[in-house]
Order: sequence, then structure tokens, then C-alpha cells
Amino acid sequence: MPFLPVFLTTDILIYLLLAAIVGFAVYTSRHEHLRVPWRQVARRPMAMAALVILLAYVVVGLMDSMHFRPRLEGLNPAERGYSNEVLSVLDYVARPLRTRVETTYSAPFAMTAYIMETVESRDGHRVREYPRLKYGGAHLKDAAERAADIARRAGAATAAGAASWLLMVVVFLLIWRQHGEPSTQAARRLVRGDSPVPWRTIWITSGILIVVAANAGYLSLYYHIAGTDQVGQDVFYKSLKSVRTGLVIGTLTTLVMLPFAALFGITAGYFRGWVDDVIQYTYTTLSSIPGVLLIAAAILSLQVYVANHPEAFPDTTSRADIRLLFLCLILGVTSWTSLCRLLRGETLKLREVDYIQASRALGAGHFSVMARHILPNVMHIILITVVLDFSGLVLAEAVLSYVGVGVDPTMDSWGNMINSARLEMAREPIVWWSLASAFVFMFGLVLSANLFADAVRDAFDPRLRK
Amino acid sequence: MIAYIIRRLLYAIPILIGVNLLTFTLFFFINSPDDMARIHLGVKRVTPEAIAGWKEDHGYNKPLLYDAAATGAAKLTDTIFFTHSVKLFVFDFGYSDDGRDIGYDIRQRMWPSLAIAIPVFLVGILAYITFALLLVFFRGTYLDTSGVVLCVIMMSVSLLFYVIGGQFLVSMLLRLTPISGYDTGFHAVKFVVLPVIVGVVSGIGSSARMYRTFFLEEIGKDYVRTARAKGLPELRVLFRHVLKNAMIPILTGVVVVIPLLFIGNLIMESFFGIPGLGSYTIDAINSQDFAIVRAMVFLGSVLYIVGLILTDITYTLVDPRVRLN
Repeated sequence: MPFLPVFLTTDILIYLLLAAIVGFAVYTSRHEHLRVPWRQVARRPMAMAALVILLAYVVVGLMDSMHFRPRLEGLNPAERGYSNEVLSVLDYVARPLRTRVETTYSAPFAMTAYIMETVESRDGHRVREYPRLKYGGAHLKDAAERAADIARRAGAATAAGAASWLLMVVVFLLIWRQHGEPSTQAARRLVRGDSPVPWRTIWITSGILIVVAANAGYLSLYYHIAGTDQVGQDVFYKSLKSVRTGLVIGTLTTLVMLPFAALFGITAGYFRGWVDDVIQYTYTTLSSIPGVLLIAAAILSLQVYVANHPEAFPDTTSRADIRLLFLCLILGVTSWTSLCRLLRGETLKLREVDYIQASRALGAGHFSVMARHILPNVMHIILITVVLDFSGLVLAEAVLSYVGVGVDPTMDSWGNMINSARLEMAREPIVWWSLASAFVFMFGLVLSANLFADAVRDAFDPRLRK
Repeated sequence: MIAYIIRRLLYAIPILIGVNLLTFTLFFFINSPDDMARIHLGVKRVTPEAIAGWKEDHGYNKPLLYDAAATGAAKLTDTIFFTHSVKLFVFDFGYSDDGRDIGYDIRQRMWPSLAIAIPVFLVGILAYITFALLLVFFRGTYLDTSGVVLCVIMMSVSLLFYVIGGQFLVSMLLRLTPISGYDTGFHAVKFVVLPVIVGVVSGIGSSARMYRTFFLEEIGKDYVRTARAKGLPELRVLFRHVLKNAMIPILTGVVVVIPLLFIGNLIMESFFGIPGLGSYTIDAINSQDFAIVRAMVFLGSVLYIVGLILTDITYTLVDPRVRLN
């Protein structure tokens, strides 16, 4: 095999999560009463536009969650083995971005470095100048050609992106048109936005996204479109790599805490008595510790543990991965309490409802009542909490990384990028591109998550339903 | 009322014991004092003698929970658990790893924290309520919609960007305030202005939107319709009726954080160089000073519980339907 697959702990959990989501989707699609609120979400243009952007992030994150070790091509067969470096599919696709490393800072689309260096000119004099970059704009002879070159390449990328988008729209139209409906009429319906699901919005958003992606992808082969950082790494590539970190924090935390919150919340409300007392005591204790401090305490303990057990974590990737997972766990511990409290309250109400009393009277066991009757009826609370928490967790990652108790400093994350940007902002002229890039990527994810979460809440919250 | 407060305070004791046990487990069982000594001494200088010396200096050389060698009550008191965890209950925080009295430091650093936290808190509530009322007054118009959109956009931006952006715009470009730092007495004002602005602005998105939903919930109720029917002007309805009743959910979220104002805001204080308890905690985290982190965890929990009790008491004050028993 040309590569050896590597499964990091978080990768496996991501696959599990994906399987759970697919299972949930299949289950939902078979039950009409569950489909109704989702249909309401699907009719909100804003929510669908947000979903398109979210999916783009998810694709990047998933590509970055398939890890492998490439094979080394040694000269004699005995030397052949697999590299120690763990790469992801995203690393493989973005090879040019990963390998074209400059020596230091350079501005977006720059051809020269940010810092002056003393170089020897052709006639033997030593002059101070901004050295040309090794890769950024290396195909050009003169800086004067740059603007025209960028415009030409952007035009080509836009055309290619628009063409592929158009092709996708046509294919979509052929599938989407109703039986016997001429395609022109279907196209007219699409342009007018005359469909229950806002396909027009979806396709406009996808179109913009595809064109932007085509431009970014094509131009980054020739330039560093978001500049380079202190050690000369492409900032655009780092921002892409950070997508996975953000998504993992936002989703795995919820995955980790959900079983506990659901189990404890429902049993506390259902059994009442001493079970309720114990569970209430547990979550009051946990929630009374300020979140940041609990996370700090836990991460500090982990740091000491990892430092004293180097044999369990041989390489930086696995060390960073275990820290990410641990961060998700501890964030889960701090965030399950509110959901648990909500579920307990709802279960207290539900257990007195007639149909539950009836199923108890007919001899159903406690467990089956909780699983068959109570859990489905509190599902909307769980769902709303999950989607609402997501954006908060992504934001929390940045703050925690800044405090020094977030993800591993070697891991690409927006928090770490912002953290390093503090010193860069004090330089003259300021190095703004790392911060700007982290801002754009993070803002895009959090804003679309917020918009989507709002639509889900409106559709599922019975108090808001009309 | 008094009986209720006393009972609530008694309830707090088992919770604090739980917090204490939890932190004790985190700091002493998962990582033994030997591990801590190794981290502090650095990898190279680790010898059994050095570890023992470090533990002796910091009082970690006793048994964890039970001292078989001692006599009488000392069997229990001459332990790490008693000297480092139980003493927290009488707010005896002990000494930090570099030998400073933590209790003294906390009393000193409390004031700069409060100088930031109280203005942010008061100006914040005023600003969020005003903004939310404005949106509600113009509800259903484009002004309302764009206000809500603005809120969603603002709550999608990380606090870090507000801080960095604020420092860049106000301090570096406009040169209105110092970038960071702190001074005693009246001179502190110029250092406090920017953190307060940033603190208030960063909260507008989520808070104003939440308050707006509280107001809208009230506005659909019958008593508001009655108030309008008897001919009250809209502003009067909003201030005299809607605001008063919407205060109940607002207070729930607000009162609980009042005691926590003491421990300050980690991010703001460290960015703006305020020598308060927030930056104290961050410094402790960065230098792995467990004694300080432990003290702050305990203090934070106490203040949170006080906040919960205060919330319940305010409930009875603002909502006569609520009875404490």
C-alpha cells in the first residue's frame, strides 16, 4: 500500500459522530412527525444559506480527519517503511500550500519578504533590500506584472468556478423538475424562487462559495493569498487546518456530554427521591466551579501527567490529539450541567402525564418508559441545546487557547493564531494578515452556526411554534 | 426569610466540600506532589533529595489523607488534605509556590478587578436594556430587523477580536487611551475607560437579543393590551409595564454574577495589563502555581453560591408570587 492509515482518537470519535448523525437522519426521514420541524428549517432561506457554508466547513474538517502515514521510497527494499509524519487527506490535497514554506513573514500576495535583509547584488555590493520570496509570485520577473497577473488568474478561476457551478445547476434542474415539466419552466421556477425549499438561495450561496474557493485554490498555487507567518508557513493553509480543531471542539464536546446529561437528567426527574438529590448535588457542585478555572485545573493536571509519562505519547501529533480530546471532555463536564437541569425539569413534568402513567400501569419497566416515552419527548430540548452550544464552544476554544489552557500550542487553531497575532500587531508595519485570516474563518463558521441554530430553535421549540 | 437564608447557607456547605474534594483529587491524586516537584524543578535537576526538599519547603511532605505516625487528632490534621484543602474553609489560602501570602495578594488585587468589573456590569446592563427596548419600540420595522441582524453578527465575533480591535483603533490609531497598564487612585480612570468600552460592546450581541425576547414575551400578554386599551402611550407601556415585568428573567441572569465580579475577567485583565485577580489567575496558570489556582477555584465557587442565594432573595423582592420555603 502506498500509505498506512492512522486513526487518531478524535478521528474515530468523529466517524462515530458522523454515523450517529446519519442514523438520526435516516430515522427522522422515516417518521413524519419528526420531519415536520426539519421541513420548517429547510424553508428558511437564511438557515439554508448558513447550512451550505457549514457543509463547506464540514467537508474541510472531514478531509482533515482522515490521517495516514505516506510510504517512504527507500532505495533498497529493507529500508522501505512508512514515514513518521502523520498527514491528512487535506494535507495531501493542499500539498503545494504545505510545502512552499518561506523564511519569514510576508504580506498577502507579496512577492518580497516582510523583513529587510542584507544581500549581495550582482556587482558585489552589499545592499539592504526586501528579498524576493522563494515561492510567492516566483513565476513573475517584475513586481509591475503582479496586478495584471493576479487579475488574469482571478478571471480564469472565476470563469472555471462559474462554469462548474452552472453545470451543477443544470444537472440539478434535470433531476429537480417535476415529471413532464419542460426544463425552461423549471429554470424559471428556480430563478423566481418559486419552491418551498429556497433552492434559489442555496444555489446563489453555493455559487459564491464555489467561485471564492476556485479563486483561493488557483491563486494560492502562485501566491500566499493570506500571507505567511513568522516561520514562513502559509496562513491560508493554517486557517484551513484550524477548521478541524474548531469543529472537533464544537461537536465532540457535545457528543461526550450528551449521554451523561440525558441519562442523569432523565433519571433524576423520573425517579426523584435520593437519586434526584445525588444528581442535583453533583451538578450543583460542578457548575459552582467557574468554568475557566475548572478547565485550567484539569488541563494543568493533564500537562503534568503527559510530561511525566512521555512513553504513552510518543509523537507531537498524538500528544496534541490527546489534549484536544481531553479539552473536549472537560468542556463537556462544564457544559452538561445546564442541559441536565433542563432535562430533569422536563422529565418531572412528563412523568405525571397520562400516557406515561398508562404505560406504567400496563406493566412497562422503568427503563423502557424512559427510553421509549420520555427520551423522544425531550429530544427537542437536546437538539436545541446541541446546536445553540456549538458556536459558543468554537468561541470558547479561542479564549482558552489564549489563556494557555486550550488546545496544544503546536496544533493549528484559530485561538493559537490570534494568540500569536498579539505580538505581530505591535510590529511596524503591523502584521495583520494572521489575525484577519483567523477572523474571517472563525466569523464565517460561528455566524452560519448561529443562523442555523436560530432556525432549528424556532422550529423545535414548542413555545415558539405557531 | 432569615431562616431561609440560613438554610441555604447550610446547603452550601456540602457543595463546598464537594468542590474541595474535587480540586483535591485533581491536584493531589491525579498528580502526586512528586510530579509537581518534578515540573517545578525542571527535568534536569531532579534528584530524590531535591524533590524531598521542594516538598518540605511547600508543605507537601505530609501524607495525603491520614498520618499514621502522628498521635491523637494530629492523625487527621497533620496531612496535606487538612493543611491545604480544609483550611480553605476559613479562607486561609496559604502561600503560593514563590512564598507569597495568597490571602494578602487576593485582598490587594481585588480592587483593580472591581474597578473594571463594576463599570462593565452597570454600564452594560443599562446599555443592553436601552438597546433592547429601542428594538422593541420599533418592533416589526426594518430598524428592528437590522438591529437583530447586528446582534447576531456581533455575537459571532470572538471577545479576543473586540479586545485587539479596540486596542488598535482607540489606542494605536486615535491615541485616546493607553494600550494597557494600571495606576492607583484617580489616575486609573484613563486605563479603565477602554476595557469598560470593550467589555460592554462585546456583550451587546447576545444580551440585547436575549432581553429583546424577554420584552417581546411580555408584550404579547393581556395586561399590556389592557394598558394600551386604556390609552397609555407606548413609551409609558414599555417603561411602566413591560420593563418592570421583564426584569424578573433579566435579574435571574444578572444577580448571580454580581459576587463573581470580585474575581475579575481573565481575558480583559491580562490583555489590558490590569493587576487584578483575573490576571493573577492567568499568571498562576502559566507558571503552574497550583496553590493559587486551588484558592481561586474555591473562592469562585463560594462566590457563585452566594450569587445563587442572592438570586433567590431578589426573586422574592421583585416577584411577590414567589415565596421562599
